[in-house]
Amino acid sequence: MSTPIDERGYAHPGVLVSTEWVDAHRDSGQFILVESNEDPLLYPSGHIPGAYEIDWANDLNDPIVRDYVSGEAFAELMSKIGATPDSHIVLYGDRSNWWACYTLWVFHLFGHTNCSIMDGGRLKWVQEGREVTREKPVVLDSNYPIRERNDSEFRAFRDAVRAHAAEGGQLVDVRSPQEFTGEKLHMDGYPNEGALRGGHIPGAKNVPWAKAVDAETSEFLSADALRELYLQGQALDANRETVTYCRIGERSSHTWFALKFLLGFDKVKNYDGSWTEWGNSVGFPIEK
Amino acid sequence: MSTLPPKIAEILDDLSFFTERDERIQALISLGQKFVAHVPDGEDPYPESRKVPGCESEVYAWVGLTESGGLDVKFAVRNPQGISAMALAEVLIQGLQGEKPTLAQDIPESLAIDLFGESLSMGKSLGLTNMIRLVRAEAAKLT
Repeated sequence: MSTPIDERGYAHPGVLVSTEWVDAHRDSGQFILVESNEDPLLYPSGHIPGAYEIDWANDLNDPIVRDYVSGEAFAELMSKIGATPDSHIVLYGDRSNWWACYTLWVFHLFGHTNCSIMDGGRLKWVQEGREVTREKPVVLDSNYPIRERNDSEFRAFRDAVRAHAAEGGQLVDVRSPQEFTGEKLHMDGYPNEGALRGGHIPGAKNVPWAKAVDAETSEFLSADALRELYLQGQALDANRETVTYCRIGERSSHTWFALKFLLGFDKVKNYDGSWTEWGNSVGFPIEK
Repeated sequence: MSTLPPKIAEILDDLSFFTERDERIQALISLGQKFVAHVPDGEDPYPESRKVPGCESEVYAWVGLTESGGLDVKFAVRNPQGISAMALAEVLIQGLQGEKPTLAQDIPESLAIDLFGESLSMGKSLGLTNMIRLVRAEAAKLT
């Protein structure tokens, strides 16, 4: 039996909702459900009734520039799911909510911060035998206002990360230990993931993203367990500026979520350029 | 330049008729739902040597020969959410079962992208591609 979310000691427990809560309130109109997955076949094969799909590649990323969509495209996306700037969005997905956290992070860049993650994600919902459907909800048009993205609070860019690292700033590399040490440019069986050099940003601590969740239930660990992992285990300080990164910034958005909302790191940013940018940048230092 | 194994070419040809993304996805889901796991006797628990590296769907593959000397391709997909892996496993089984082992070498690594599209995440793409690589490598040992 899982510990109730509000008894886990999180800094901001409202950012997590349980599968039970979603099931009990999904017809209430209090929130909009959004599923974000890595596997493009999952949502169409069955999803929580009423849930919309947001695809990380097609809906959130600009097709031309390596960047997120424009304010116009985001407004169009939010209008389709019937959102207003005040709407409470509940996100869930596969891979222990990795992609749901990524979507939540992008929502924060656009100032839509009234978001929660359904703890345990899609797998927990299915394993509990809760209802799924293939029927898609109606596409709406709520006329969501166009808001330009504000990257300053939650997103880190390469040169700022370089300065941060040079000053001894806190960095959390959420990739595998083998990638972190540079022992491998990629995981076993993987081809080179697009970086010329292996290693990590100088001074970074290595905490693979999935350590923040229970391997069996996909639920986030308690605050005590997370503190053991990040604070006692890696000597991170919740009051210092912190940057998370991985390969392209998606896994690290999961850790960004855990640090910011569950442990209360006030000044944490996600570096989405991550290793595919840093590991290829001319003149940028690495450690192995 | 090699050509695709005929049955796999046929599957891709059938999928090409679906010009709408949703229709194509439904067709791929149908393929995944046809997949039935087959594990050789005495192979449960599955040996690590059969595990597809880097595949989050926890796919295990066995490639052997039938009594008539054709390929015998079996998969197990442990993650019940691994529907793309199941669809690809079904494609590989339909395309290779009973065929000559050399035919497996004609499967391009790009098959995952050809089936599921370029918007696959790199991790998902790699996991699926490793299924193809493992089948090709195991089939090569049989030639």
